[in-house]
Amino acid sequence: MSSTTPRARGERSRGASAALHTALVLASLVAVFPVLFVVFVSLRGRDGWQEPTRLAGFDVSNYTHILEHTKFLTWFGNSVIVALGATLLGVFTAATAGYAVSRMRFPGHRPLMWTFLIVQMFPMAVLIVPLYNILGELELLDSYTGLIVTYCSVSVPFCAWMLKGYFDTIPAEIDEAGRVDGLSPFGTFWRLVLPLARPGLAVTAFYSFITAWGEVAFATQFMSSEEHYTLAVGLQTFVGQQKAEWGLMTAAAVLITIPAAVVFFLAQRHLVAGLTAGGTKG
Amino acid sequence: MTALVTRARRSFDTHWYAWAMVLPVVVVLAVLVGYPLGKGIYLSFTDADEANVARTIGVNHIPATYKAVGLDNYWKVLSGQEGHFYSRLGWTVVWTASCVVLHYVIGLGLALLLNRPMRFRALYRVLLILPWAVPAFVATFSWRLIFNEKYGVLNAFLEKLGVGAVDWLGDSTLQKMAAVAVNVWLGVPFMMVAILGGLQAIPRELHEAAEMDGASPWQRFRHVTLPGLRPVSGTVILLGVIWTFNMFQVIYLLIGQGASSDSEILVTYAYRLAFQGVRDYAGSATYGILILSLLLVFAVFYRRMLTRQEGTTR
Repeated sequence: MSSTTPRARGERSRGASAALHTALVLASLVAVFPVLFVVFVSLRGRDGWQEPTRLAGFDVSNYTHILEHTKFLTWFGNSVIVALGATLLGVFTAATAGYAVSRMRFPGHRPLMWTFLIVQMFPMAVLIVPLYNILGELELLDSYTGLIVTYCSVSVPFCAWMLKGYFDTIPAEIDEAGRVDGLSPFGTFWRLVLPLARPGLAVTAFYSFITAWGEVAFATQFMSSEEHYTLAVGLQTFVGQQKAEWGLMTAAAVLITIPAAVVFFLAQRHLVAGLTAGGTKG
Repeated sequence: MTALVTRARRSFDTHWYAWAMVLPVVVVLAVLVGYPLGKGIYLSFTDADEANVARTIGVNHIPATYKAVGLDNYWKVLSGQEGHFYSRLGWTVVWTASCVVLHYVIGLGLALLLNRPMRFRALYRVLLILPWAVPAFVATFSWRLIFNEKYGVLNAFLEKLGVGAVDWLGDSTLQKMAAVAVNVWLGVPFMMVAILGGLQAIPRELHEAAEMDGASPWQRFRHVTLPGLRPVSGTVILLGVIWTFNMFQVIYLLIGQGASSDSEILVTYAYRLAFQGVRDYAGSATYGILILSLLLVFAVFYRRMLTRQEGTTR
């Protein structure tokens, strides 16, 4: 504190300010560059990716091509169906359990919490072979149902865990008031707590949707016909052993990312709170 | 005997409500996770592969002919006869450790920078969490294009600097570094946002009191900030380890699905065992169970370590 003009507590010197902004600008550049670069390449036409530093030849031919001449829109629809299915099933079955685990103490409470946690630890490598064989025997491979069911094995415990964390933040006095007014425990849950938990439900739903939207391993093996590919599988077809259609790939990447990113930015503030709340209050 | 029945009845009377509410989830978990897990464990004790599992070709249904082989699979993998387990495990541990350490350190650094009043703070925050909004498979493909040896923008820049092109995705050491870079890029925003939340939960008074007592910035960081972050750090590091250990997309899509590669982690290796070449279902199941056991052991030790730490600070 030897500067001539005395600074208020916590105020920075000019140099510190500059260093702070430089660091943040650099970090932001690293974070943003790949995204901008992909948008840039996608607008450069079919072969523009081979000259990544030239700033000319802009057109939208990549976009028109993937929309008109590839099955992109079918894949997009498939991804929506599968991800929505897994999300709805996950949230609906998990909501009551999350509430019960949050508010009631019962034999089996702790083992159940542990199960939710441990199942999230399951690498897909544990379940993929048995599920592949089981679905094969049930002739559910290459079908929406098979993939939705598979994703539920991930989304149900995850949703229950997240929702438990969210229900914990709703004061228990609300439940007590409901009970005093003569509601059953389920009535309290359905009429009072669930409406209050709408933001939590939204975030949970969003998160399991995004997880299913981006899943690669199961979808790649289970969906074998091109009609049933999800986006994660379809995108791989642009860049394979024989093909390198990076122009088309980037255009598809942009179209896949835009809806995901928009929803993400709407929901992101609540994401971390939900994820970590369940853990800290175990 | 009757006492036991009455106790069971009383317990049912008080708890049936809770049990009814968790029933749907328990059923779903039993069918979708419990049964496959059981089947996986069973498969790991057999010699099941593509040629001997039950399958339907046209209208003919061929029943399964694989047989139990006891602990053979585990013995082959763990004794090193199978020859890939320990090398994959070593790289998986290095991969997980380096990714999580980088996630945490960079996330903590950025969170500390963001956690102070300044101009454009909201803008920085949005830009810095952008990688999180991009689906991982899309991001991985984008990075593959950036790393491309011949036409990649990274090499174009390097050439302008006079360094010359680098075969990022060809050489196995560079492959590994590239994979870590992509995963760090993807994972830092989550850590940053989580730690930022933790920083904001530390009461201001603690910092002010430390400052009054003449603590230097480093001492305040060491003795106020870090202990205050402990609950958040505990959870995000555990999550980070699990996610990174199981990170399939980045490795599989970045390095490609071609011939055997040095940069495969346990999860992608198990996947390849099951679905490439002669499909070795039993071997893959064995790997799956081993991966799960490793993670469980880690999680138990980690939780125990955290509770012990909490005990000493209180």
